[in-house]
Amino acid sequence: MYVAVKGGERAIGNAHRLYAEARRGDPAVPELTLEQIGQQLSHAVDRVMTEGGLYDPFLAALAIKQARGDLVEAIFLLRAYRTTLPRFGAARPLETDAMAVSRRISATFKDLPGGQMLGPTADYSHRLLDFALAETGLPPEPVPPVAGVSESSCPRVTGLLAATGLVEAPPPDSDEADTTDLTRTPLALPAGRALRLQALARGDEGFLLALGYSTQRGFGTTHPFAAEIRMGSVEIELEAEELGFPVVIGEIAVTECQMINQFQGTADQPPQFTSGYGLAFGEAERKAMAMALVDRALRWRELSGGDDARTPAAPAEDEEFVLAHADAVEASGFVQHLKLPHYVDFQAELELLRRLRADAGAVGCADGRAAGAEAPESVP
Amino acid sequence: MIDGLPASRTVGHGYTYAYLDEQTKRMIRRAVLKAVAVPGYQVPFASREMPMPYGWGTGGIQLTASLIGPSDVLKVIDQGADDTTNAVSIRQFFARTAHVQTTTRTAESTLIQTRHRIPEQPLRAGQIIVYQVPIPEPLRWLEPRETESRRLHALQDYGGMYVKLYEDIARYGRIATAYDYPVLVNGRYLMSPSPIPKFDNPKLDRMPALQLFGAGREKRIYAVPPHTRVESLAFDDHPFQVQKWDQTCVLCGAGDSYLDEVITDDAGGRWFVCSDTDHCTRRRDGGADGGDRRP
Repeated sequence: MYVAVKGGERAIGNAHRLYAEARRGDPAVPELTLEQIGQQLSHAVDRVMTEGGLYDPFLAALAIKQARGDLVEAIFLLRAYRTTLPRFGAARPLETDAMAVSRRISATFKDLPGGQMLGPTADYSHRLLDFALAETGLPPEPVPPVAGVSESSCPRVTGLLAATGLVEAPPPDSDEADTTDLTRTPLALPAGRALRLQALARGDEGFLLALGYSTQRGFGTTHPFAAEIRMGSVEIELEAEELGFPVVIGEIAVTECQMINQFQGTADQPPQFTSGYGLAFGEAERKAMAMALVDRALRWRELSGGDDARTPAAPAEDEEFVLAHADAVEASGFVQHLKLPHYVDFQAELELLRRLRADAGAVGCADGRAAGAEAPESVP
Repeated sequence: MIDGLPASRTVGHGYTYAYLDEQTKRMIRRAVLKAVAVPGYQVPFASREMPMPYGWGTGGIQLTASLIGPSDVLKVIDQGADDTTNAVSIRQFFARTAHVQTTTRTAESTLIQTRHRIPEQPLRAGQIIVYQVPIPEPLRWLEPRETESRRLHALQDYGGMYVKLYEDIARYGRIATAYDYPVLVNGRYLMSPSPIPKFDNPKLDRMPALQLFGAGREKRIYAVPPHTRVESLAFDDHPFQVQKWDQTCVLCGAGDSYLDEVITDDAGGRWFVCSDTDHCTRRRDGGADGGDRRP
């Protein structure tokens, strides 16, 4: 009925109330607290902070609660808040060498300076549902202190190899002034690596995971090794203008991944390992690894001598394809905009289709008798 | 890993007038000025994340937010109607953040934000119409790469679009584009008029009002300044044509407006009503009657 499209205002108000009611669920069940979400759903919080581009566990937990656990929606909520915040400066590059590591593994060397440290991981757990968790109960057994964990800094594997020339030297620290902020400048293509990494860091974990996976399966020519994955907290340093020296303004938890790949070399460059880089807030190993794979895949042109004439051989190597579609907030919005009314376009298509079918002499179909089909050929 | 959650924090702080901070508004106005200076050219701008989803009018909302002032009278339509849910939502947003007067009357408004339609009533000088644009690039369906399509625009290489239209004629005997019908602005840039039906295309041409187009997700703004020539692509032997109905609006009897089709039963019954609800209401207020046969 025509009346069905009316009354939007009241319908929206009621929809919001229904949503709030569904969010709360049975009032007899205690309401979730942000502390509970922050402490006990920390992977969700980390993902929302990473893709939301804002390190704030409290707000991320709030977003998760508000979005009823829909993480893409929570990321959107956090982004929409983040965009209103003033920028008061750019921090100095993170010194992840100086990270207070809680986990550090290398798949390329059995042992290395700083050692291997498994840390809090489910990697070697058997994925059996733990029915004991269904009951609230005693806190888990405390971990006994481990002797011999070095408190000193833990050099990065790629740094150790770079000294020998086997791995490309890390790029020099870029001047903060020439680092474009993706959220304040429209993306121009081709994008530099710094800009690509910004986009990948905010990129959808599922999308990057699939793309990274595709490079391993042969859509792309990368043969990666996880040189190092480390997790822990790092200090954020800011150089305040009037001070002239950096001051620590806080600490954040991050996961860093460096993948190294075989590289055949070019006429100017002997073969060596090249690297892909991934960084995410909190404990987000899957994201950091996927990001590192995609970063390395996107470097193909630079590593093949910058030949602009060649076209990417695989989806993960296609900068425009990857960067244009990696953002979950953009993708989610545009896919779901199909829910909005399209009566006008649809009517235009209907009218066209009826004419085309009339032209083609389609008879005997219901639409043949329908309005518009008999419209005269001479249209103004 | 999360420790030190603050016990409480105020997040409900007040936002700036019309939501966007003043620096962002300035950035958008600069993009608008450039867009007006180069009619039909897509100006990249640092689109912000808005509190509405991408694809739901964020480009138009940012334009409106950067242009609106307390003396403005805002009209928001979606599919030509003021009462569709997303139009209601956007109107409420500005009523709340910009304390602006809103209206459904085309003639009373100073600023109109629209999705998919141009009002039937001709716009006048001094008014601004803001279009919500999903895909700003008219060449996208021919060439998905931005890097390539920008080059085609620079060279004014629009042959591919004409070939596409020609192929339609070869296959169907007519151009098979019913909405988002490509136009050439000021004889230079090929432009997407946004997904308005081609019925509305003639209204773009030499319109006295300023026309602004915002694509938030795609981060582009473009414009058609007042009185600018806007031609819908066509061939000499296949002139541009607009949709026409045999029916008239069942509510107001209009025979010259864009009609929406409403299915009324499961036996093929259907009515046609004006898509522009203000146009329809004004006609009925003036005594027009479509012979409403609704039960």
